[in-house]
Amino acid sequence: MSDIQTFEPVIIGFTCNWCSYRAADLAGTARIKYPPNVRLIRLMCSGRLDPTFVIKALSGGADGVLITGCHPGECHYIEQNYKALRRFLLLRRTLAQMGIEPGRIKLVWASAAEGVQLAAEITKMVEEIKALGPLNWPKWDNGHLDQTVVLQEEVKA
Amino acid sequence: MTAEIQPESNGMEKIGVYVCHCGSNIAGTVDVADVAKWAGKKLKGRGVVIARDYKFMCSSLGQELIEKDIKELGLTRVVVAACSPHLHEKTFRTASERAGLNPYLCELVSIREQVSWVHTDKVAATAKSKAVISGGVERVIHHEPLEPLHVPIHPATLVVGGGIAGIQSALELADAGYQVYLVEREPSIGGHMAQFDKTFPTLDCSACILTPKMVSVGMHPNIKLLSWSEVTKVDGYVGNFTVTIRKKARYVNEELCTGCAICQEKCPKKVIDTVFEAGLGYRKAVYTPFPQAVPKFPVVDRPNCTYFQKGTCKACEKFCPTGAIDFTQEDQYITVPVGNIILATGYDLFDARRISRYGYGRLANVFTSLEFERLSNAAGPTNGNIVLRDGVTVPKSVGIVHCVGSRDRNFNNYCSVICCMQGLKFAHLVRERTGATVYNFYIDMRTAFKGYDEFYQRFLEEGTLFVRGKVAEITDAARLPGEEGKLIVQVEDTLAGKQRRIPLDMVILSAGLEPRFDSKEVAKLFGISCSADGWFIEKHPKLDPVATMTEGVFIAGCVQGPKDIPASVAQGAAASARVLGRIQQGEIALEPVRASVDETKCSGCRICNNLCPFNAIIFHEDRMVTEINPALCQGCGTCVAACPAGAISGTGFSNEQILSQIEGLLLLNLEMEPVPA
Repeated sequence: MSDIQTFEPVIIGFTCNWCSYRAADLAGTARIKYPPNVRLIRLMCSGRLDPTFVIKALSGGADGVLITGCHPGECHYIEQNYKALRRFLLLRRTLAQMGIEPGRIKLVWASAAEGVQLAAEITKMVEEIKALGPLNWPKWDNGHLDQTVVLQEEVKA
Repeated sequence: MTAEIQPESNGMEKIGVYVCHCGSNIAGTVDVADVAKWAGKKLKGRGVVIARDYKFMCSSLGQELIEKDIKELGLTRVVVAACSPHLHEKTFRTASERAGLNPYLCELVSIREQVSWVHTDKVAATAKSKAVISGGVERVIHHEPLEPLHVPIHPATLVVGGGIAGIQSALELADAGYQVYLVEREPSIGGHMAQFDKTFPTLDCSACILTPKMVSVGMHPNIKLLSWSEVTKVDGYVGNFTVTIRKKARYVNEELCTGCAICQEKCPKKVIDTVFEAGLGYRKAVYTPFPQAVPKFPVVDRPNCTYFQKGTCKACEKFCPTGAIDFTQEDQYITVPVGNIILATGYDLFDARRISRYGYGRLANVFTSLEFERLSNAAGPTNGNIVLRDGVTVPKSVGIVHCVGSRDRNFNNYCSVICCMQGLKFAHLVRERTGATVYNFYIDMRTAFKGYDEFYQRFLEEGTLFVRGKVAEITDAARLPGEEGKLIVQVEDTLAGKQRRIPLDMVILSAGLEPRFDSKEVAKLFGISCSADGWFIEKHPKLDPVATMTEGVFIAGCVQGPKDIPASVAQGAAASARVLGRIQQGEIALEPVRASVDETKCSGCRICNNLCPFNAIIFHEDRMVTEINPALCQGCGTCVAACPAGAISGTGFSNEQILSQIEGLLLLNLEMEPVPA
């Protein structure tokens, strides 16, 4: 159990160049604190999020994935965040069927002004993933990494 | 340019990693020397040939360090770990370019905004910095040399909002010789400034300095003034916007109207003017808001017009000497091409009714600041006589309450900037015209900027009374002798340290400034962002205050945040200067983030076809393949993510780049085999 108590999850976060990445910048400029467990990747839009990226992160050792985008109706590219929402819902369902807790992937809307909110969401997610414990996906396939590749292909198709 | 630099014989990229201290901003939380050492050692297998840390990478010495390494060590990739790419990406890419490396082979990863400033644990922050750099290194391996996209700039500009900021913007551009479309929602330009009597700190007459500018706008050959109009649609992107404007039906033919105002004289219907006269005066159902209105053409107010409501009247039509009244007019939609857009849509006044304990709307002699402006204006409903709501009684004592709805966590946290100076101006006008005793109830006097504090000192000496404290309540419930028939201001005088009840004849509420009621919709229409308060967000609060995150859309005046007239004029001119720079260059370089289809991989499934909101995706029926028009593609990457065959690739954000970055962030690369370039 000591393992769980000292467990520091790794979360990969995908951010939109126009809103949530700037919210993360704003959180920094305003010196708002959140746990260091999340590592962010910048995309041009949440619509760029290929479900493969999520699978890749989870199979590569991440314990959770945070997807962020502009609020509905505020997408820089008009409506692509709705497409991200569609993919997210389907992906979460697919992953649940594979035994991955739905709480491990999370979609959060954060505008460029919402540094405080984004920091709060990250803090909350870190707590939630800590409660879920480590994912340890790579161990499931007994070293047959090919399987994750197959999985990636399946989700992609 | 990259051709000169050959990868080494083992075929690996040669990567330089540069870790910035940013003074103590990063170095205070992250052990930068350890990070650089780690990157040089652990990422050697991935191609890192040099890793350095330096006090300020963005300084000229820091940049020279990178340039020197590129030249001497033959670096083929650069990773800088410093601040946000939104701040200095361009700096480091330009430095790389100077040294002969394609700028897009340099990647900036953020360890300041996203590490040192948001984390406190030094060990964890250092570890995260390593992961972030590792992600950047993996990503940059897959970067390709790119050329920026050059987009031509249409020389015409759209200015939205005809207040003083918009007027200034339009005149600057038009005087420089370029076409301007100025769109104003109301029947006349002029904005809030046209309603004011005097302006601080010079106390010169607002109309005297504004109306000549309004006339210039109306007469200018390069300005197409579209009043009583609204923007309904914005298509395209920087350099090439197509804007649809709804020209609301005026029911007045602008070709025939001479602005003689006989229609206004003859119209039998009187309407309370809630916009220009702030509810204190009347206008007719056919009206111009004020005599100096630009354009001079009146507007028929359809909901109040007797003819439109009851079917008879047409007095205006009968008396119009030129036959300009046209009841059959309909809304027109016009489309104009513009290269840039300036938004100067201004502010709304805080609705003082929301603070019920101040009694506005319930107690007759509680006025708002805008009502007082009209009351004191010589062209206003009382001809400039400062009187109570009954229209005759001159007040003997007046209180001015500052910060109504501003600096108040129940309403707006921000300071509305203008109210202190406005309160002083009001105090002076009341004393000058009525000789009444004037109290200013303030929290703090904020009189920054040129000539402002002198203005304050002057009225301190003039005899205006100042009470420091937030007014608790304004009531007409008399409790003490002398309070009957008066408004009693209950306030804690924080300098005297006691509660006071001050009976007064008139109270003026210095209501704060708020974003326009429809600011969120306007922001959406133009594709820009609002702050949590609702003001439009500038690109950089200090260094780029009139640009927005959306290329080609600029902001000026109160739409960016509360400000006074001098600041609005300055921003209006600044926004125009930015636009002029663009027009003069003739084109703009954009990030080459675009999607493209590999036709040999495209199966013609058409899954991507419906995903593009910019109609950039075309399907060729004959060859059964999809193509992306790079001129229309905006680079969001949604189609890239959707393509089941992996036939669509996105420059700048390719699958390889992002998947590798994930591997790097998770430090999977440490055990990986070196990849040949």
